[in-house]
Formats: sequence, structure tokens, C-alpha cells
Amino acid sequence: MRDLVSSLLTPRGIATALILLVLAALPLLTQAFDQRYLLSIGTRIVIWSIAAVSLNMILGYGGLVSFGHAMFFGIGGYAVGILSAEGISSGWIQWPVAVLAATAWAAVIGALSLRTRGLYFIMITLAFAQLVYYVGSGLEAYGGDDGLNISRSRFPGLIDLRDKASFYWLCLALLCASLWFCGRYANSRFGLVIRGAKSNELRMTALGFPVFRYRLAAFTIAGALGGLSGVLLANEGAYISPAMMSWMKSGDLIVIVVLGGMGTLCGPLYGTIAFFVLEEALPPILNLAHKGWGEYWMIVFGPLLVLIALYARGGIDSLLGRRHD
Amino acid sequence: MTEPLLRTEGLVKRYGGLLATDNVSIDVRPGEIHALIGPNGAGKTTLVHQLTGVVAPDSGAIHFAGRDVTRLPTHARVRLGLGRSFQITSVLREFTALENVALAVQGHAGHSFRFLADARRDEGLRGPARRLLEEVGLGERAGTLASSLSHGEQRQLEIAMALAGDPRLLLLDEPMAGMGVEESQRLIGFLRALKQKHAMLLIEHDMDAVFQLADRITVLVYGRAIASGTPDQIRANPDVRQAYLGEEMA
Repeated sequence: MRDLVSSLLTPRGIATALILLVLAALPLLTQAFDQRYLLSIGTRIVIWSIAAVSLNMILGYGGLVSFGHAMFFGIGGYAVGILSAEGISSGWIQWPVAVLAATAWAAVIGALSLRTRGLYFIMITLAFAQLVYYVGSGLEAYGGDDGLNISRSRFPGLIDLRDKASFYWLCLALLCASLWFCGRYANSRFGLVIRGAKSNELRMTALGFPVFRYRLAAFTIAGALGGLSGVLLANEGAYISPAMMSWMKSGDLIVIVVLGGMGTLCGPLYGTIAFFVLEEALPPILNLAHKGWGEYWMIVFGPLLVLIALYARGGIDSLLGRRHD
Repeated sequence: MTEPLLRTEGLVKRYGGLLATDNVSIDVRPGEIHALIGPNGAGKTTLVHQLTGVVAPDSGAIHFAGRDVTRLPTHARVRLGLGRSFQITSVLREFTALENVALAVQGHAGHSFRFLADARRDEGLRGPARRLLEEVGLGERAGTLASSLSHGEQRQLEIAMALAGDPRLLLLDEPMAGMGVEESQRLIGFLRALKQKHAMLLIEHDMDAVFQLADRITVLVYGRAIASGTPDQIRANPDVRQAYLGEEMA
């Protein structure tokens, strides 16, 4: 308990507590100020944070640059969407099926991809993601390229996902659970093997660790959590489309993790918030400076990311002072 | 005579036209230090890689602790009791000295598929790690990042990590490399004290260290073991003098 108090009284602890407080109160705030569309952005921030937390488990802690993580958005989303289109609307069936599908797929492609290193790993994960993408856009029965409107998962008697605030709070609860798990994971025996292998794979092997098995397990866990974020994303928009798993989304996820601070617990959360806020705020600000400039917001966004990558090597998290772990 | 702990039978490894390991048969008995010497390019590293399982021999066999380990992967050999230190210092630079050794202890403490308990406060890992650090003389530096340790200290850390899990055989790849005279002397004393518990295969360029420590020496030249015997026999061997030791022996 004393640990908890002392860790809350650091800049990082205060920042995180404030963010979580604002996030928890967001539905009330958006209602009070009658800015309901902000709740939709907030929901997407929370869902993307879960995906970023899952990517951080392999990219940040494990040094495994997976350039296809958005495919788990797609697998989770399409599992929900296809079941819904086939008349199975119960979330009790949809969600476990979706997460299991993502888990199984992650295990299969992990087993293949993790035999490669460096650039090859980046390329092979991208290739698998593209494969899933084209399968998705080839599914004419489920909307093909145009995507498909779906009805939200039903949890009768428990929660109505059509209620935006309830859905938001559910996503937030899942984000908190993900952060809790990731915090335990990072300092567990398992997490230390993953982090050690990032630092020096050969050394870890010589210490008796079958590194491949541990990495495969980590990749599979990350895939499962990524799949869950896909389930949420499909329910958020009541819509699935191949665009949710395009390589650009995978790239965005990497940017978010790097921006927030790789291998830090709350980095993915900071990164997602910064990413979405910049994406929403830059166009109007630029339009204010000169009408029409808002369209070119990426010209500002890109160099900003480069600057952060160059000068804040630990991402946003490093701006909050040294870590003590 | 006691059964050798490690024994190779006619190991051969070719890289294209180059015969890097040419029918090498050596053994290490419990409680002894067997040194492997030879000029650069003699194939010492290739031999070490075969012993540790980094590369597979083209023919021949490796027996360790009574088992044929020729086809076993590295991590399985480590589990059987083959500890090693690296020629080029290989520690986890982003981890503290204590965390490095604690991970080494963890490597011998069963599987690591444990996701929730905090391993950084696990006395079952940290206690033995602290003792190993003290044993190699790094007790005071436990909380220092490995990247901030001096070169000599990193070599000591390597050995503490190799000692975790109480290996039956230590494979030391140039442990004195880059060490000053004083540091080397301290390490020599330390290794001598260790040999009762851990047999060693020592690959080393520092001839002083080799002749002070080794019970037996094998000389490798162009992939072949040209001589094997006690330090006195090796010193007196004309082939060895000609092929390798030259002036250094005088």
C-alpha cells in the first residue's frame, strides 16, 4: 500500500491518475458540455490504447517490430461481424470466438515469423497482415472492400452496448485490466525473459532459456489482446471493413507505441491520446492560421513525430522523469 | 580413471573448402581444468560453437554427462549443466548486475511461464544471485547497471552468470581477455578455487594463466589437435614449440 502511495506521488503517477480520472468521467463531461461526438473519439482512444498495450508487449518489451498488428483488429472485428451477419448476435459466443480466432492466428503466424529476425520479421508480419487484409476485402458476402454494417453484440440483461456511455465504460474497464496485466507481465519471470531476449538473445539462450517458445507465447498473448480490441472496434462503429486492418493502421500503432514510450507501462496510453488529439486538433488549428491549410495537417504531424523520435528517445513517458523499475 | 564429463569423438566441421575442425577428440574429466590453446584461426571458436550447440558438426559426436548431446539445442545442454562465458563480453547491458545473475538463476529454476508474480522481488532468485555476486567479488556492485561496470567487472559478472545453476562444466572462452595483470591474477586464484566443484574447459590466449591453471592442455592448429598432455609435456613438445608457442615458451 505504501508502495502504491509513493508511486502515485511522482509526476508519472499524477499524470496517469489524472488521465484515468478524466477518462473515467468522460461520458459525464461530454454530456454536460453537450459534445457527444467527443465520446466517440474517447471510445476509439480507449480501444486503440488496448491495441497499443498489446503491441507494446512484444514491440516495446520484446523488441519485436511487428508491422502487422492491425490484422488483429481485423480478425477480432471480422469474427464479430461475420457471426453477426449469420444471425449469431450473442456476445457470449461472438467475443470468445473472436479472441480465440485471433489467438490461434497469432500462434500460427508467430511460429512462422519468429524464425526470422530484424527486417525480415518486419516484412513477414506485414505480409501476413496483407494476406488477412486481402482475404477480408475478398469476402464479398461480408461487404468486400466496402465493409459491412453489423449490429452490436448482445449481452442480454448485463449491458446494452448501444448505450454509448455503457459501452465506453466497458472499454475503459478492459483497458484498465490490460494495463494491470501488462504491469504484472513486465516484471514477471516471463516478462524478464522477453526483455532479456530483447537485450541479448544469444545470452538468454546460453542461460538456458528456449527464447523462441517464450517469444511465441508473448506474440500469442499480444494477438489475443489485439483481437479483443478488434471486437471492441467493430462494436464501436457497428461496422467492419478491410480498412480497419490496412498496413497504415499497423503503422499508426507502431507510431503510437514509439511516441508514448516503448517498453513503458503507460506509454501506449499517452501515445494514443497524443496521436488522436493531434489528429483531431491540428487541422482546425492550421485552418485558424490560414483557411485551407488544415487539409495539410500531416505536414506538421510528420516532422513532429520525427522530432519526438529524435529528441525524446523514451517517448512521452520519458518527459515525466526517470523511471525506477 | 573417472569417466570424462565431456568427450568429443572425431568432430569434423567444414566451411566450404576450409576444414575448421579436423577430427578433434578431446575430453574433460571432473575436477580438472583442460585448456585449449592455439593460434588465431586454429578453430577454437568453431569448436566451442559445436560444444555449445550453436553449430552442428558435420560428423562425430559430443557426449556430456553420460549423454549424447550432439543434436541437443543450446538451452537443453545448459540445463544438463554446461555453463559458459563468452569471448566477447555478453551481459544484459540494460539490467543491473544483480538482475543479470538473477536471470541466470531463473534460467535454471524450471520454466518461466509465470506471468503475474513479481520476479524482481523474488528472494528465491535474488538470494542465490546475491551470493554468486559476492563469490566473484561483485557484491558491492549489485545495483549497478551492467553497462556501467568496468570491463574487468563485466568479465566477473559473466562468470557469476555462468556459475548460476551450479554447472558441472564451465566453458570459459577467453575469460582474461582485456584484463589487467592484477585482475587476471585475481581471476586465476578464483578459478583455481572453483575447479573442485566445476570442471572447466578453458580457452585462453594468456599463456601465463594457462600454464598456472591447466591440468591438461590441448593444442589446436588448423583445426587439428596436434598435441595433448600436461603443461610440462606441452612445454617440452617440439611440434608445439614449432607450430605455436615459439618464443613465448622461453
